[in-house]
Amino acid sequence: MSALTSHLRKYAAAPVCHDIQINGQLVGLHDSGVLWWPDESILVVADLHLEKGSSYARRGVMLPPYDTGATLEKLAGVIDAFDPACVICLGDSFHDPDGSDRLPAPYRAMLTTLQLGREWIWVTGNHDPVAPVRLCGVTVDEVKVGPLVFRHEPVEKVGSSEAAGEVCGHLHPAARVRRFGRSIRRACFVTDNTRLVLPAFGALTGGLNVTDKAYSMIFRRRQFSVFMLGNDRLFPFTASRVVGD
Amino acid sequence: MDAALLPNRFQSWFAARGWAPRQHQLQLIDHLSAGHSTLLIAPTGAGKTLAGFLPSLVELEARGKRKPGTAGDGIHTLYISPLKALAVDIARNLEAPVSEMGLPVRLETRTGDTPSHKRQRQKLNPPDILLTTPEQIALLLSDPASARLFASLKTVILDELHALVTSKRGDLLALGLARLRRLAPGLRTIGLSATVAEPDDLRAYLVDQPDPEGRALSHMVQVAGGAQPDISILDSEERVPWSGHSSRYAIRDIYELIKKHKVSLLFVNTRSQAEMVFQELWRINDDTLPIALHHGSLDVGQRRKVEAAMASGALRAVVATSSLDMGIDWGDIDLVINIGAPKGASRLAQRIGRANHRMDEPSKAVLIPSNRFEVLECQAALAASKQGKQDTPPLRQGALDVLAQHLLGLACADPLDAVATHDEIRSSETYRHLDWETFEKVLDFVATGGYALKSYDQYAKLRKGKDGLWRIAHPKIAQQYRLNVGTIVEAPMLKVRLVRSKADGRRTPVGRGGRVLGEIEEYFIEQMAPGDTFLFGGEVVRFEGLRENEAYVSRTKSDNPMIPSYMGGKFPLSTYLAEGVRAMLASPSTWKALPDQVREWLEIQRDKSVLPAKDGLLVETFPRANKHYMVCYPFEGRLAHQTLGMLLTKRLERLGARPLGFVANDYALSVWGLSDLSLSFSSGKIPLDQLFEEDILGDDLDAWLADSSLLKRTFRNCAVIAGLIERRHPGQEKSGRQVTVSSDLIYDVLRAHEPDHILLKATWNDAAEGLLDISRLGELLARIRGRITHTGLPHVSPLAVPILLEIGKEPVYGEAIDTLLADAAEELILEAME
Repeated sequence: MSALTSHLRKYAAAPVCHDIQINGQLVGLHDSGVLWWPDESILVVADLHLEKGSSYARRGVMLPPYDTGATLEKLAGVIDAFDPACVICLGDSFHDPDGSDRLPAPYRAMLTTLQLGREWIWVTGNHDPVAPVRLCGVTVDEVKVGPLVFRHEPVEKVGSSEAAGEVCGHLHPAARVRRFGRSIRRACFVTDNTRLVLPAFGALTGGLNVTDKAYSMIFRRRQFSVFMLGNDRLFPFTASRVVGD
Repeated sequence: MDAALLPNRFQSWFAARGWAPRQHQLQLIDHLSAGHSTLLIAPTGAGKTLAGFLPSLVELEARGKRKPGTAGDGIHTLYISPLKALAVDIARNLEAPVSEMGLPVRLETRTGDTPSHKRQRQKLNPPDILLTTPEQIALLLSDPASARLFASLKTVILDELHALVTSKRGDLLALGLARLRRLAPGLRTIGLSATVAEPDDLRAYLVDQPDPEGRALSHMVQVAGGAQPDISILDSEERVPWSGHSSRYAIRDIYELIKKHKVSLLFVNTRSQAEMVFQELWRINDDTLPIALHHGSLDVGQRRKVEAAMASGALRAVVATSSLDMGIDWGDIDLVINIGAPKGASRLAQRIGRANHRMDEPSKAVLIPSNRFEVLECQAALAASKQGKQDTPPLRQGALDVLAQHLLGLACADPLDAVATHDEIRSSETYRHLDWETFEKVLDFVATGGYALKSYDQYAKLRKGKDGLWRIAHPKIAQQYRLNVGTIVEAPMLKVRLVRSKADGRRTPVGRGGRVLGEIEEYFIEQMAPGDTFLFGGEVVRFEGLRENEAYVSRTKSDNPMIPSYMGGKFPLSTYLAEGVRAMLASPSTWKALPDQVREWLEIQRDKSVLPAKDGLLVETFPRANKHYMVCYPFEGRLAHQTLGMLLTKRLERLGARPLGFVANDYALSVWGLSDLSLSFSSGKIPLDQLFEEDILGDDLDAWLADSSLLKRTFRNCAVIAGLIERRHPGQEKSGRQVTVSSDLIYDVLRAHEPDHILLKATWNDAAEGLLDISRLGELLARIRGRITHTGLPHVSPLAVPILLEIGKEPVYGEAIDTLLADAAEELILEAME
């Protein structure tokens, strides 16, 4: 098989994404909550919060110990579908600094298998400011690729040059729309085509409504779009259509 | 006992008031002095409370004054009431006879409002009589000092027992009683109750159940009801509406009734009804009669004011929800007006009992049906009342989430022996069927979360020592327990604050420091957009916006508030009244008692369609506006109908009938869709017997429930009660929602990875009993087997009109959430393309 046909086959088999431009760069948003950058074969995932269950259990709140497994299984499915050359985890990959140390052996093995044959970048987050232990991958505070820069927390400046091309997580965006007297709340991507905030990927991660004032630090008021996660597709809305909690 | 054998002080106290001790009061003293627990069933006004306390007062009188400087004897008598206001009220009423007789008795209350220094003192120097609530009992029992505190306890008085036992608070109390019996052997209980359908349930609740097979019962004293109540159904000149719950048509009649009586109590079933009736009354209140409003979401200060005004006789009428159903003395009410259907014969009897506290005079009540079906229901309730029939629900099986909470509490007090504790718990009637395996699972849940994946052992809350006893791992856990005790999980509430309106297009709410009107459920506000109007605290307000945990509203001149999420009657129609309604429909000879317009309605139904048979099920189908409707009349209450509606829709979808949605009320259920249902049924393409087959409660139910938001809400309650997630406490709200772990996410993860987890089992039990009414649905499906009558009609029948009118008012189910989103998104696309 020639390199070209192999490339084409892979392209055809790649999951359907919603294509948008960030800082002039074409990227795809996927309904699993990941960002896919086909030109660079980079897959970006934010806020895995692995070992959140055990983090709570340490304080006597016995959340189900299945969150890490559920998150990794979902991640494995996405990686299998996109087969990226590089995975960037956008910070808060572990719920606390000891999380990677607590990671049970089967999950460690699973994660290591996912890392095989590809570049893996851990971006640090406020929950996990240090490099994970006994795991492969490079740990950085942020990483710049072409016109895009990947970091955990968004720079709190609207329309600044630092913000151009920023792809981040941290906020766990969620949006609510009202329809026929019912309201529907889902995790979502938020973007103004200059920068992009990814939804949290972890199984036990809640969401912060995009009408919260935290977002006014990074987007001009009501000048952004959201892409709500649905089953098998994304639902786009302009900021004027979303409501607070 | 002969009244002459009462101690002198008591005899002269009665005599000084021109009273004589009543027979049942003396009987209770006899039973108690013989060491027997006793259930007292008596109507309001029979001196029930005094009867409950007399045995203790007599005993304490005989014990005499404590010598100064000697240690106290501990608590002699506990009085437990479902309402803290009731405990405080009773304490006040009891202080009079105690001081008038000069009895050497110290009595105190202990509720959530009691200051902590007083609570501390109560533990060190306990009163003779402590008046309190089930939650406080649980708290006291989790204290290491509990054994000492209750060692000399002699009597427990349980007030309003009929109301307590129907909820999880009753479960918590049952567990507490089992522990109290162990701490104070020989303990006697007194249950005070209104008339119930199955007194034996309460008698069993009161005593130890040593035998796994047989059922031990307490003694019982029953006081015959007073004079027959004088109940009538309003015969209005106005047209009785086809549907709805507003009773607006009768407001003139209601006003006239209030005018003719001294003090009227108006009961309604929901808060929004209360608001509406109150507002309508004031609209026509030309004589400016003092009419007040009382419901659970009003500001506490506001409620206390109304209560005080009522007691002092300053009011002519109060519009109230069930927040006034119970116990507290409201002075001289000479008329009870029940607006809307009574929903249950016993509920009606208890409400009517609120009028006129003198037993020998008949209580007077008027029923105001708010639509035609409710006329039938009121008629059935009237018949039940004449025969003195009761339809209180049967005793519940103890909930597992409450058990989890209780086990942690016990371990906080003392090292816990699993086998002995299991026996102790099974000695209560409510938990007698608790098997060892389930018990162990609950204990494991408390210790480590009870997961099949044993990864939390190192973080265990309870640890088993070498001696085989379970202890809490850290004192902090006892603190955690104290913050989470109790079984009432409030729906998240928002304060409603009045501000100046600034309808000038600015999006942020303005005005600050306005008056707080009360609290409202978060889900209600979620449905609203700024500018929407609704009724609150008796006035029409305009929703301005949200700020933190407050909903800002302003005054508005609008006359027509939109009340977007009217949730129908709060209580489903009781089985007993449902049977009465079906019987009435099936026998036209009884119709002469009905108002003319209602009778005509039924007669036309008989001519144009068919009357529902007493034990069968009538299914009508007809086309209307390009859609095909199916209406059936099970009369089993809204909850059971909703569940059936969900299941029928799923099944019809599978059979290719393309249903679009359904709507349910207390009496009927309608499903509509695109395919010709008349043809499908009459041709046998969809056999009706198969559609209503009992197996519908199997896989279809499971499939639907998997994603049901109903179940998620139930799960949240169970998770909070069981202590898996912590309660939100006042002042903590600001921490923000993204910080707290959403119970929906926990539910999803748990369902996917450990579907038979004990907490999911508890959730399922709860939902089956409450929200879904599965058992009632099962009985219905069994009852109608082979008795389904189908009639295909050219157009809507008279009986079907009410349910069709509900479409658009009641929530319509059956549309997938994703479809709604897609729809909204597409609309946006259209908008963009124009």
